[in-house]
Amino acid sequence: MAQLFRSKRFWLIAPAVVYIAFFMAIPLMQMAYVSILERGDYGGVNWGAFSVDAYVNFLFERDLMDNLVLNTDYIQIFVRSFGLSAMTMVFALLLGFPTAFYISMQSQGRRNFLIFLVTIPFWTNILVRNYAWMLLLRNGGLIDGFLNWAGIETGGLDILYTPYAVSIGLTYTYLPFMVLPIYASLEKLDHRLVEAAFDLGADKRRAMKRVILPLAAPGIAAGCILVFIPCLGAYVTPELLGGGKFMMIANLIGSQFGAARNWPFGAGLGFVLLALVLISMLAYSLKFKSLPEEKI
Amino acid sequence: MSEVVISAQSVSKTFGAGADKVTALDDVSVDIFQNEFFTMLGPSGCGKTTLLRLIGGFEQASAGQILLEGQALNDLPPFKRPINTVFQSYALFPHLTVRQNITFGLEMKSISRSDANARADEMLELVQLAQYGDRSPSQLSGGQQQRIALARALAPAPKVLLLDEPLSALDLKLRKEMQIELKRLQTETGITFVFVTHDQEEALAMSDRIAVMQSGKILQVGAPREIYEQPTHRFVADFIGDSNFLRGDLVDGPHGGHAISFGEGQVINLAQDVKSDKLKDVNVSIRPERLSITDAQTAKSNQLTGTVTFVTYFGTDTTYRVDLDGQGPVTVRMQNGDGANAQFGKGDRVGVVMPPEAIRVLVD
Repeated sequence: MAQLFRSKRFWLIAPAVVYIAFFMAIPLMQMAYVSILERGDYGGVNWGAFSVDAYVNFLFERDLMDNLVLNTDYIQIFVRSFGLSAMTMVFALLLGFPTAFYISMQSQGRRNFLIFLVTIPFWTNILVRNYAWMLLLRNGGLIDGFLNWAGIETGGLDILYTPYAVSIGLTYTYLPFMVLPIYASLEKLDHRLVEAAFDLGADKRRAMKRVILPLAAPGIAAGCILVFIPCLGAYVTPELLGGGKFMMIANLIGSQFGAARNWPFGAGLGFVLLALVLISMLAYSLKFKSLPEEKI
Repeated sequence: MSEVVISAQSVSKTFGAGADKVTALDDVSVDIFQNEFFTMLGPSGCGKTTLLRLIGGFEQASAGQILLEGQALNDLPPFKRPINTVFQSYALFPHLTVRQNITFGLEMKSISRSDANARADEMLELVQLAQYGDRSPSQLSGGQQQRIALARALAPAPKVLLLDEPLSALDLKLRKEMQIELKRLQTETGITFVFVTHDQEEALAMSDRIAVMQSGKILQVGAPREIYEQPTHRFVADFIGDSNFLRGDLVDGPHGGHAISFGEGQVINLAQDVKSDKLKDVNVSIRPERLSITDAQTAKSNQLTGTVTFVTYFGTDTTYRVDLDGQGPVTVRMQNGDGANAQFGKGDRVGVVMPPEAIRVLVD
């Protein structure tokens, strides 16, 4: 440890360590503390009065007789969030991989330009982009209008304020996070390996399956993580495109700190989410470690 | 060496268009025979790799066609050609084990897993790496990776094996070993090898026939000895080994045939049957080790006179730089025998003997 402090390299990362310690670890500990306190009557918490109500409330509610009975409302929201995030991840992968593959096949100058195009959505505020999607998806909106104009009677698209609208919005928002890591892994893929696969008798499909996909696996995995995890915490998109009818974890947490004035429960939900994410990541990394083909 | 396996017919290949247009191959025709070790030799950019890639199917010819056993290959993608390649960088699949690399091509031919594994072990045996099947390619040395790349390309028993400068990344000692190894594999498997290199020594040591290439054209095709001893072009004589170049006029020889005149009555008979249209100011080449030096006063028919300007002693032989009268400098390499050779020093007037059969009249 003493040696670590003397080394110059430590001082290179010191600012980042201090920053993360201060702005991430401390608030996180604060929230952990809040989650095991009693809720205040008018919001906030009763400092010093400990209670595990927040975690109990996640699974149970008290009936009129003050008995604990199972309450699946919150679990449903969690399951829905995980399902929606997984769906978004799959959509983003299906759209993102061909995109990244196409870009990686272009000439150097064109590649840079296309990657630049991929990042353009980041320039606009996420709120603005979600409102734009509302305009696109609503009944009588651009897409609906076009379909009617093209002779397809939709009778109102009825897609806005549904889970599909949320998934479309999330896929749109997180697609670049899928494209960029996959592109990075495809770009450094040695094209001669693909030629070698052709040379040994693999057609395009088999070269893709046996050589390109395995070698792009780290990028695909990174892209999936980068889409899946932020999706779980998505707040703006479900709020706007789901019309608030369609709650995801972040909206639930937000409502606990806001309207419901139940800070400990909000904080508790946050930690349940954190725990689930960490467990799934751990399972994922263990699974990947055991595969010999992933030693790249 | 009877049947033609690969036949390139008036093949041209250009890259780019307009002002950026580059001609990589310019109307190249060549036949490669069954069971031969055929080498395409030339400097970088001469088109040898392009020709190899055309045979492999990685590029499409702009004009002309390539036949495999009489059938046009033009529209056949690489994975449908019974031709395998050993790539310059080996291109082993990093995510597969050595054995999986070797069975890759067999699986693509829908050979059962057990048969493929048996074949892989046979191939590993052949390249003397039987113990390494379960390793990852990254755990092997450059020379071992090279052998695995060979085993992988040979496993599907191709009709032709293409080798794209496979030895260039190896150090000298390993390269010498692999040269012998390649020759052994070619003889043992009976597969036609088409080898690309810029290393003339490598080409001479391994090949049955060599095609010397320059600027997208094949200048000369022949056995190593033929290429070395009877070069047709100045480029060939210069690229392979050392050569002296002289200029003279073709004249009729006293006993029929041709002779070459270097002016001032210095006429030397030729053994070569020259079919050149050009008579005046032709290029001739002669290897330094084919020249010898005698006393200038000794008059001989096939002899030019000059002055020694430089002497370098190399142990087994001595190199003399001789300024020929009216011709400029030539290099003469003479073996240091048992002291029978007269020793010449700087400034000595000498005669340089040119055996007629050693003189080659060049196309350009």
